[in-house]
Amino acid sequence: MSAAHDDTTIAQALSRPYPHGFVTEIDSDTLPPGLDESTIREISRLKREPEFLLKRRLAALEHWRSMPHPDWAKLRIEPIDFQALSYYSAPKSMADGPKDLSEVDPKLLETYEKLNIPLHERARLAGVAVDAVFDSVSVGTTFREQLAAVGVIFCSFSHAVENHPELVERYLGSVVPLGDNFYAALNSAVFSDGSFVYVPAGVRCPMELSSYFRINARNTGQFERTLIIAEAGSEVSYLEGCTAPQRDENQLHAAVVELIAHDDAFIKYSTVQNWYPGDEQGRGGIYNFVTKRGLCAGARSRISWTQVETGSAITWKYPSVVLRGDDSNGEFHSIAVTNHRQQADTGTKMIHLGKRTTSRIVSKGISAGHSQQNYRGLVRVAPTAQGARNNTQCDSLLIGGECGAATYPYIETARTDATVEHEATTTRISEDRLFYCQQRGIDPEEATGLIVGGFCQAVLEELPMEFALEARALLSVSLEGAVG
Amino acid sequence: MADQGETILEVRNLAVKAGDRLVLESVSIDIAAGEVVAIMGANGSGKSTLGFALAGHPRYEVVGGEARLAGADLLAMEPQDRARAGLFLSFQSPPDLPGVRNNLFMRTSLNSVLEAQDREPVDAFDFLERAKGIAADIDLPAAFLNRPVNEGFSGGERKRNELLQLAMLAPKLAILDEIDSGMDVDGIRSIVETVGRMRAQGTAFLLISHSLAMVEAMAPDRVAELDGGRISRIGSLDLAREIARTGFSRTRESIEG
Repeated sequence: MSAAHDDTTIAQALSRPYPHGFVTEIDSDTLPPGLDESTIREISRLKREPEFLLKRRLAALEHWRSMPHPDWAKLRIEPIDFQALSYYSAPKSMADGPKDLSEVDPKLLETYEKLNIPLHERARLAGVAVDAVFDSVSVGTTFREQLAAVGVIFCSFSHAVENHPELVERYLGSVVPLGDNFYAALNSAVFSDGSFVYVPAGVRCPMELSSYFRINARNTGQFERTLIIAEAGSEVSYLEGCTAPQRDENQLHAAVVELIAHDDAFIKYSTVQNWYPGDEQGRGGIYNFVTKRGLCAGARSRISWTQVETGSAITWKYPSVVLRGDDSNGEFHSIAVTNHRQQADTGTKMIHLGKRTTSRIVSKGISAGHSQQNYRGLVRVAPTAQGARNNTQCDSLLIGGECGAATYPYIETARTDATVEHEATTTRISEDRLFYCQQRGIDPEEATGLIVGGFCQAVLEELPMEFALEARALLSVSLEGAVG
Repeated sequence: MADQGETILEVRNLAVKAGDRLVLESVSIDIAAGEVVAIMGANGSGKSTLGFALAGHPRYEVVGGEARLAGADLLAMEPQDRARAGLFLSFQSPPDLPGVRNNLFMRTSLNSVLEAQDREPVDAFDFLERAKGIAADIDLPAAFLNRPVNEGFSGGERKRNELLQLAMLAPKLAILDEIDSGMDVDGIRSIVETVGRMRAQGTAFLLISHSLAMVEAMAPDRVAELDGGRISRIGSLDLAREIARTGFSRTRESIEG
């Protein structure tokens, strides 16, 4: 038994195949590769959009063209040929717009079935409403009527544009402006679908809402847009999951998510991200370049991000909260796992504007193989944020000697009465810890699972039940060992 | 549990390297079921090395000799299989496992051992009941079971936690590496009581200690002195008293200072 042997055991355990790598053979209407004004007009026409949206798209395109590709993150990104990508792909059977799930192509339903995402009527038992997005379009949303009965709007973004244009016009871009950053600008120009949630004042959404994103088509970017509005005193918990087929080339996913919480409202947004990560040599995999931001617009409002990130070749995302309302609260709970040649530069921003605003950040990074993972976080306390408080806990766990982890905490505070605490630790699954477990009869794989599970415990507890189970299963696939 | 008198540990001419250094040149020792053998020796004489090598720590390389546990070839086994076969090492400095709850860790451990013996695993409820009983026996508050393994534990608490696992796993052979260091008088009483109980049930003990009081309290069957990479002297409790009076043999320079 040598140290080298230990590493091999773990390495073997770590290299389980990606289980969602299948491709659905389905006829699609796909725009030819390339991006210019005519592409934008075509997307807008296909989606029968109102004028304001087309104008907004064109403005975003112009903005995007003037922006250089950002290079500040600690990531190695091969140059992306944006003219070689297709910006819209929809299953042919969706062209006429199925009225309800019974009209949806069975192949699509099968795809989601395979992924364990129930769209059938029997999905009622699961008690979770689902919006399923396949490439560029939403293929169906469950429980729409039941939710409508309490005034909750949960539908695809396209449906919202058609049926609630005033809400879309009022809130779209109110948190992430169209020129916010390179990929947000690109998304604002070409986004095709996504999910829309509106929870009226005083309503506690009676079930978990979730969307499930699937990239299927080749050479196609997925640019979805999610907008969630919680009126005063309302509450909603939203879950998001993602997978993609196993392909040798990289695929781009550049989403924008905007959350707005009014007085006393609470939005909990959870993500289990499992895009195809590429193979052991780093071939293929999704580029996950996402902008997620919540605005605590009202007093005492709360927004909480929880993410479990195990997939993608490159992850580049910082779910953030702008704490504008007095006494508002933002939270970020994250588990990020990188293995093989995966890269992740992820973290959060907490922008304190209102009085007595509070934020909490818990980040758990697990790096294995030859992966590189960075936590990058910003806590900003504005001159108006009297008595603001932040607490950040940032932990890295390294498995093996070939991976890297770095922490970049930025703290900018304009007030002396602010409390900003930052604590960071780096741990290894050391030979001694592993040996201790082995000495108690536990084999190295199971020991790794125990140690990883213990490391992630604080964040797993934040996830809604359904996703906590999925997340644990995912961790054990990504990192083996009976986690939990 | 083993029958009294059955040989549990047989070590013949064991030679062990730590890095480039040959720490143990030729160690031979036998321990029968229910026996306690105390190993004494100067710092750096290789007492802990003996424990780690028998348990299979990857940093210690066995370069010669044999070791058998109840007749089975210890050296051919992975560390976890040695543990499952009934070898327990109480660590001098047990590491922590952040976030891993003690009860989950111990139940996983116990079930691995039970499974290797073709016995029924225990569920979370039965385990908790059993663990609480043992914790009470050794004056460890039940709240310990819910805390992460050794995280933020004092030195004495870590040792009590080792004692808890020892009592839980009921091994054939227990190697106690300075289990008394950091323990208060109550803790030491718990050790003596636990060892006494387990010994009566046939567990063999290899006790590593610097403290004459500890060695005396354990009433060992034999006392052995480790020096120059070998067992240099072996005798009764009187040898321990003599060592306390006149000091260790030192045939070579101490490395550990």
